[in-house]
Amino acid sequence: MTRRITVDPVTRIEGHLRIDVEVGDDGKVSKAWSSGQMWRGIEKILVGRDPREAWLFTQRFCGVCTTVHAITSVRAVENAIGLEIPVNAQLIRNIIQCAHAVQDHIVHFYHLSAVDWVDVVSALDADPVAASKLAESLSGWHGNGVVEMKATQERLKAFVANGQLGPFASGFWGHPAMKLSPEVNLMAVAHYLQALEIQNYANKIVAILGGKTPHIQNMAVGGVSNSVNLDSQSVLNLERLMMIKAWIEKLDDFVKSVYMTDVPAVGSFYLDWAGYGSGVTDYLSVPDCPQDPKGTVFDLPGGYISGGDLATFKPITSYNDPFFRDGVAESSKHAWYEGDKTLHPWDGETEPKYDDFNDEGQYSWIKAPTFYGKRAQVGPLSNVLCMVASGHEGATKYLNNAIDIIKAVSGASDIPLAALHSTIGRHAARSIRCGVMLDTLHAQWQKLVDNIGKGDTDTFNPPSFPKGVVKGYGFHEAPRGTLSHWVVIEDGKIKNYQAVVPSTWNAGPRDENDAPGPYEASLMDNPVADPENPLEVLRTVHSFDPCIACAVHMVDTEQNEIVKVKAL
Amino acid sequence: MSDKADILVIGMGNVLMQDEGVGVCAAEALENRYDLPPNVEVVDGGTTGTELMAFLRDRPHVIMADAVNTGAQAGTLVRLSGDEVPAFFQTKISSHQLGVSDLLGLLTLQNEAPGDVVIIGMVPYQLENKLGLSEQTLARIDAMVAMLVDELARLGVKATPKANPTRGYWERQAHMGESASCV
Repeated sequence: MTRRITVDPVTRIEGHLRIDVEVGDDGKVSKAWSSGQMWRGIEKILVGRDPREAWLFTQRFCGVCTTVHAITSVRAVENAIGLEIPVNAQLIRNIIQCAHAVQDHIVHFYHLSAVDWVDVVSALDADPVAASKLAESLSGWHGNGVVEMKATQERLKAFVANGQLGPFASGFWGHPAMKLSPEVNLMAVAHYLQALEIQNYANKIVAILGGKTPHIQNMAVGGVSNSVNLDSQSVLNLERLMMIKAWIEKLDDFVKSVYMTDVPAVGSFYLDWAGYGSGVTDYLSVPDCPQDPKGTVFDLPGGYISGGDLATFKPITSYNDPFFRDGVAESSKHAWYEGDKTLHPWDGETEPKYDDFNDEGQYSWIKAPTFYGKRAQVGPLSNVLCMVASGHEGATKYLNNAIDIIKAVSGASDIPLAALHSTIGRHAARSIRCGVMLDTLHAQWQKLVDNIGKGDTDTFNPPSFPKGVVKGYGFHEAPRGTLSHWVVIEDGKIKNYQAVVPSTWNAGPRDENDAPGPYEASLMDNPVADPENPLEVLRTVHSFDPCIACAVHMVDTEQNEIVKVKAL
Repeated sequence: MSDKADILVIGMGNVLMQDEGVGVCAAEALENRYDLPPNVEVVDGGTTGTELMAFLRDRPHVIMADAVNTGAQAGTLVRLSGDEVPAFFQTKISSHQLGVSDLLGLLTLQNEAPGDVVIIGMVPYQLENKLGLSEQTLARIDAMVAMLVDELARLGVKATPKANPTRGYWERQAHMGESASCV
């Protein structure tokens, strides 16, 4: 008997995503649909506005990725008017985006998705001495001691006794797909709490440079509004730069001793998940951390890989590379919009036309982006594969480290690269990327200090807007993957604005050729042990780090039912 | 804790979705219309999550302005406090339940929860992708700001009306929009 499982909403992050799967007699997913459940027409608010202020609006698209949309917006407008920006401005933006990425990756693993793999309640049964011994065998992190493990267990006990599961309330405790020992679970919970403290240092970096938090204030079309003077008390001075340096060190310590060890160690117990969740293996990422005013030299490479074969890697080389510009289109054939055209974002339309959930017809508010007519997976996995394909030293080193840990913990003799094309591979790639982002963060900081030391304090080139129509685009390799903003400006006012966000790439419905999107394709053949508790479906979807808040926004507060199972 | 104000007034919501942003608009109006003593900090929280942790941690008093869905008719103003606050989050009455509820839960786990949290909320009328509050909410916003002022008074803080009240960023932007405006 085939059963249809609807998970709606897919929670744990703001936004509204619905996943439907059909599970056959073999207990595996045979069909899948990914649907954004609310219309997003936020870009229409920008029409007619001053392009210099677009970023103030775009950073409100989403509560998770505020800075990401701010930076991409100013890049798009600068691209439209051919404006170069000072190197200091690039570096300050780079520091902000690297810090944000580090924070986002840490939070995704520990606070948003670890509970898919870690049984928090089981940690109450752990022997803290054994948990500490295990943790210390993995790394020399100071928070792995018996005292820490005991304290974590005590706190958890008190919390659970209160009947107040809070952030853990939605977990699948005791599910047959949970495989970690109580000791591994306790170690993970201890790190969960430590991660909460550590991630705050990344927020502090963003805040001190951004001028205000939680929404930054220092972006500007033409650079940043930070004034640089090493000796002044009120601007970006030496004292503040040294504070940033100290916070980077704290993040570095945690990420390299804990996060980058926990993921492969936990993954070693779930190696079967290296066999599920591959889906779309055409990968897209964009280069980032520009080093020159024009955006032609980048610290982080990006590009396109076809069919999971790293030998096919083709780099994207600049902010004006037509390879990226001409490749992006969005199909609305299976989305609730007028028409079924596939349009380039500059010509994109957002006219809603709602209908029911039609399995073969329209069933989502998210459009289906394509790259030269094909679906592409975006995100840290795409980025890491592209970096490795281009010979990036750090990414290659950290990938090898992760494989070594998995071999040591699991006893497996060989972990092929192909194992990365999977649900667990996306988690591994995110931790690898986090290490790369930290190294890059160090490097941006040093370059900024060196550049200022040479006497260059420029942070802003004033923009000017011509009469007539100009078009631009900006891209950013955001924590969830390739983000691009596309703007058409007429007489200095915004005429059209489209944001093609990472979760649109991954969560989009079938396209103009009825090809499934990355979420949908990745769910095929996933096992589902208990249809009433489809933890396995969530594991694969959560591995993408879904953030539908910007793909579509709004929460239906009346929606209480989370899992609906129907026999077909 | 040393450098933090005792009282945090935090506006939550998405200003790009009409009345969803009523909390942000109310907090913005409070700051622009009243002189507040230095022990009051006003923050525009938007729809953010983890960034707010540092603001909430060990704060003696938190007043949160937000859009709420209690099942009551649109425009209804509510004050939730004490045990009602966790209940408010557990039943998903707030649109931003995940972020803030997680934070409060985690801070409780860490013994760093705020001293008290009061929610001043309004049931929204319109939630479309537009900038600015609906006409109906606009007519209720003064009452919501007054509740924030009362809440401060309850904590012994006097909010003095400014001689020359100003308009905040979102309020000014909303006037550029179609008919709606934020406050």
